[in-house]
Amino acid sequence: MSNVIAVDTTKNAKATPEKAQPWKELGLKEDEYARIREILGRRPTSAELAMYSVMWSEHCSYKSSKIYLRQFGEKVTDEMREHLMVGMGENAGVVDIGEGWAVTFKVESHNHPSYIEPFQGAATGVGGIVRDILTMGARPIAVMDQLRFGDVSHPDTARVVHGVVSGISFYGNCLGLPNIGGETVFDKVYQGNPLVNALSVGALRHEDLKLAKASNPGDQVILFGARTGADGIGGVSVLASETFDADGPSRRPAVQVGDPFAEKVLIECCLELYAAGVVAGIQDLGGAGLSCATSELASNGQAGMRVQLRNVLLRDESLTPEEILMSESQERMMAIVPKRDLAAFKKIVEKWEVEYSVLGEVIREPRLYINWGDEEIVNVPPRTVAHDGPVYERPVAYPAWIDALNADSSSRLARATDAAALAEQIVEVVSSPNQASKNWITNQYDHYVGGNTALAMPDDGGMVRVSEETGLGIAIATDANGRYGQLDPYAGAQLALAEAYRNVAVTGATPMAVTNCLNFGSPENPEVMWQFKQATAGLADGCLALGIPVTGGNVSFYNQTGDVAIHPTPVVGVLGVIDDVARRIPAGWQDEGHNLYLLGTTRDELDGSVWAGVIHDHLGGKPPVVDLAFEAKLAAALNAASEQGLLASAHDLSEGGLAQALVEGVLRFGVGARVWLDEIKQVGNVDDTAALFSESTGRVLVSVGREDDVKFVGLCEARGIPVLRIGVTDGRAVLAAGSGAASATDSDARLEIQGVASWSLAELAGVHEGTLPELFG
Amino acid sequence: MRIGVVTFPGTLDDRDAQRAVRLAGGEPVALWHADTNLHTVDAVVLPGGFSFGDYLRCGAIAAQAPVMESIIKAAAGGLPVLGICNGFQVLVESHLLPGGLIRNDVQTFVCRDQKLVVENVDTPWTNEFTLGQEITIPLKNGEGGYIADAETLKRLEGEGLVAFRYKDFNPNGSMNDIAGLRNERGNVVGLMPHPEHAVEAGFGPDTSVAMRSGVDGLKFFTSVLKSLVEA
Repeated sequence: MSNVIAVDTTKNAKATPEKAQPWKELGLKEDEYARIREILGRRPTSAELAMYSVMWSEHCSYKSSKIYLRQFGEKVTDEMREHLMVGMGENAGVVDIGEGWAVTFKVESHNHPSYIEPFQGAATGVGGIVRDILTMGARPIAVMDQLRFGDVSHPDTARVVHGVVSGISFYGNCLGLPNIGGETVFDKVYQGNPLVNALSVGALRHEDLKLAKASNPGDQVILFGARTGADGIGGVSVLASETFDADGPSRRPAVQVGDPFAEKVLIECCLELYAAGVVAGIQDLGGAGLSCATSELASNGQAGMRVQLRNVLLRDESLTPEEILMSESQERMMAIVPKRDLAAFKKIVEKWEVEYSVLGEVIREPRLYINWGDEEIVNVPPRTVAHDGPVYERPVAYPAWIDALNADSSSRLARATDAAALAEQIVEVVSSPNQASKNWITNQYDHYVGGNTALAMPDDGGMVRVSEETGLGIAIATDANGRYGQLDPYAGAQLALAEAYRNVAVTGATPMAVTNCLNFGSPENPEVMWQFKQATAGLADGCLALGIPVTGGNVSFYNQTGDVAIHPTPVVGVLGVIDDVARRIPAGWQDEGHNLYLLGTTRDELDGSVWAGVIHDHLGGKPPVVDLAFEAKLAAALNAASEQGLLASAHDLSEGGLAQALVEGVLRFGVGARVWLDEIKQVGNVDDTAALFSESTGRVLVSVGREDDVKFVGLCEARGIPVLRIGVTDGRAVLAAGSGAASATDSDARLEIQGVASWSLAELAGVHEGTLPELFG
Repeated sequence: MRIGVVTFPGTLDDRDAQRAVRLAGGEPVALWHADTNLHTVDAVVLPGGFSFGDYLRCGAIAAQAPVMESIIKAAAGGLPVLGICNGFQVLVESHLLPGGLIRNDVQTFVCRDQKLVVENVDTPWTNEFTLGQEITIPLKNGEGGYIADAETLKRLEGEGLVAFRYKDFNPNGSMNDIAGLRNERGNVVGLMPHPEHAVEAGFGPDTSVAMRSGVDGLKFFTSVLKSLVEA
């Protein structure tokens, strides 16, 4: 290819101030374009316009959310900062977990690409978050994913489900990162806006921490990894069409395509570079590609950079400078390398057969100069691109519909009046797509690789060993309930936080830090903005109440089709630490003859519940009450009981209530149970329906060996944790190897709920396991 | 005893295999794909992963790596070689074992705890098992369907070269439920399931006794150490 590219130079920009520019097509507002002109004292070149437009986009600049995200950094105490090594604003937060170890974790969205091209969208979502973790100097050690799909009966849902699941499977498995958990939810509100959030966690020694900054003049700016192609250049094609003559190749935006092998090699290569100490600063290339990496590195380092864009290794020689600056080709990294270390750097990347090119060097002057050959095409203060983007205080309006929604309580819904009807509802709930086993999905993910997975699906949280010497490890759980979010976004965010926190606590780990991915509709809709404002306040207040800091996260707006937004879906991830993963607690019981205890208080709270949704297709009223002080007390009690080895299993009660927890409990290892509801009904003054399906928070189902009974009950009572003995474990089914719940093959083990029903585990396994394979297998 | 563990650029389970060797009492030695030097190891493990991305036939490029030249030569001289998953694919592509491995019949990646029957204990990698023993080993692959022509299958069965067979459930459509093979001499063994993921209580497959307590895979590694000591 030998296209003659008519480059728009800074000189040319000065000479032609009146030239019309496609700022609008690039998504900039008139005042934003004016501000760019003001910053530069001239019109931007087309390359500068490309950089500003992408870096000032909602996705990169957080311009609509910034004023709300600040409170995550403000509503904190010294105690919350104690273990925080890197807070918000970097690629991912870093937490000190002791013994010289630190972990970094973050969840990020890849929603829109995953609807257009589910396979590559989801695959590159995993790749992107893993590079964020790698950038902090950590070895990535696990991934999780939080998925929301449309209605199972909609003809388009299977396309998205198959694409997303196989994309995650393809990319994650090939990277060698165990997939240790996640969420899958189906709801028609996500039909045109599936949510694909991906979380990654990495571990590092304290001294290995890396930051994305270029501060030492003379250091080399090196781009390495995959070559740059026309991936994900979307809107910039309008610029390309300007600079190309009519006979040139057509410039269609391309979907980002993932190459997990290249990323795996990049991980090992980077870790070897870090270990050799030859990298002064590092940044991954994700959204906004080179525009982002160059401006952020320079801005973070309060320095500048001189870059020769001709040195970028290309997959497609016809790319224009603007496209090169905006390309989102995957599996690329930018390193800042001192000159003296260049030879060592080369040796390592060559060992891994990773391509690299030196693009330029760091300069003292805080200015980013980018040349295309001899022509200067960018000359900007990097801070104005990377950090001083526009900030909006968007209009906020209390939703006109929400009072009516809150008034429409589930109390008007008919409740089962006899045992047979209750039994039928239990089966209906546990076999509904959202409550059914997710084995069909999770069995497509490698959860073994690395040899450090201590807990994974279907347990409440995932757990990975960090230190092989001491057993030190981390647990992670993520949660979000969009239905609660719709009823009350403030409470919805706190409910997600409370559940993730509890899910970490039931594994035996101590919750330490929070990440989040805030999925919402359009910020230009004042009612959505109100939801966002409420949810962020709820989350920040909740974290303050629990004493665990938000270390980072991501916002995804514009998840709406036409005027209809998704339910507010603030995915909250909680990270916990455990001194020895050997004492981790599974979510189901494995021993016969243990006592089952319900911790916490059961109230009649069915608004927004699975029961209301599945049985009555109803969403209305107010979500369950959140009591964070009690959640903290409960977590501390679980931790104490775990340290004394009193808990054989612990399972959080949430969606689907006690009925769901019991079914999951018996199926986890194929050991049955006899359960009675009398005390729950008496103490809580509730009926059968509430006893079985209420989603009251702060509750955990535990199994305790008889020899530990007195000690355990005493521990709960001393700590003010309501504790009710509600059953015993009894009877063992023969499980087919390995699938856990998958196929209880014999029928002497049963789940008996006295006065309601009794099922063989084989029967329950059939209904709980069968749903997803039937829909998608 | 020094057991070599080969790392190709896209190998994933090399650290797991090294740990397995260590837990069995051996000394793991890292071998690099681009290096023909086997560093005087007493046996070699080709671990799982996606050696060169496996965008082509799995293991096809890895079979051409410099280290494989040395391994093929050494195997002919009797060096014990174990290929796990991608390593099995590499052995097949190197013609150290017959047949081929194709995409799972279910068309998806499969990760599960898999029951196997040990069908041959006359190899350095299986001598600590008893004939017909049932073991549980994690399986995780996208292309694990074993195929061979009728004549080869007949020979494999006739000469007792099937080392492991899937029990109760065939996860990938393998012919004759074949999970793993040995060569005529017995020193080369390959299988799709991952013994290195069942070597340490707490991190293996579930058993009826306790969660993740399965360590059936450890015997692969103690077997080879025993056979080397006895040799």
